Amino acid sequence: MNQTNVADTPQPDPAEVSILSDTAFLTDLRRQMVKFATLQLSNGQHAEDAVQEALMGALKNAKSFAGRAALKTWVFAILKNKIADVLRQKQRMVEASSLLHEDEEGEDFSELFDRKGFWQSDEKPATWGNPQNALHQNQFWKVFELCLEALPGNQARVFMMKEFVELDSGEICNTVGITTSNLNVMLHRSRLRLRECLENTWFLKGERA
Amino acid sequence: MMNCQQATQLISESQDRSLTGVEKISLKFHTMMCSGCKNFSLQVPFLSQAMKAYAKGLDEAGVDDAKQ
Repeated sequence: MNQTNVADTPQPDPAEVSILSDTAFLTDLRRQMVKFATLQLSNGQHAEDAVQEALMGALKNAKSFAGRAALKTWVFAILKNKIADVLRQKQRMVEASSLLHEDEEGEDFSELFDRKGFWQSDEKPATWGNPQNALHQNQFWKVFELCLEALPGNQARVFMMKEFVELDSGEICNTVGITTSNLNVMLHRSRLRLRECLENTWFLKGERA
Repeated sequence: MMNCQQATQLISESQDRSLTGVEKISLKFHTMMCSGCKNFSLQVPFLSQAMKAYAKGLDEAGVDDAKQ
């Protein structure tokens, strides 16, 4: 890295130096951010741009962070805002038709529910016990990512807009170009699918990899 | 009585808006008798929690390799 322009930081904090020189940490962080942003924006270039801006913004202030965990939390908070910005900008370019594919519109619940709308016997959600334990297990997050990626693109996107980017329903509807009832249906489906995937690949397997 | 498809739809919506009194009561009535929907109602908030912990959780995952 070019060190000529250090006028603003005459006395670099030792913590900053160690974080910024930790290439493995930064590489890893960047990879996680790109993965996340790509999933959310479904556009590799937009994702790279958002990550780049978020990283640059955050690293400028790296000295305010006591450690890697704090920096990472901060970087993801910035990235989240960048993603929200990009999504809002995309609003004009988005065609509702590209977001509501016929196959998703036409998707029915017959695999999950019988004709009267009650659970098919083998689809009934099982007891997960104490799922919070899973949050501390590396393997769980791999499963979680796989399950997110397995969601149809639009379901994954609205679910993440709602639960990660934390846009409110009105904003999501405007951005994606759908009605509130469309949104409710898509969120319902995404939650049904995500929980089914987690149950089958994690919680029914003894919560251990 | 509402069916499971309607119940899970309401459970899902309860994450995004406040349910009306009637909706809450009908849902309560349903989940008292339906273990599948009862479980679903416990899992939906966990999905939200997990999604929010995703970025932060990567922190812990990166640092905390300890097997539990």
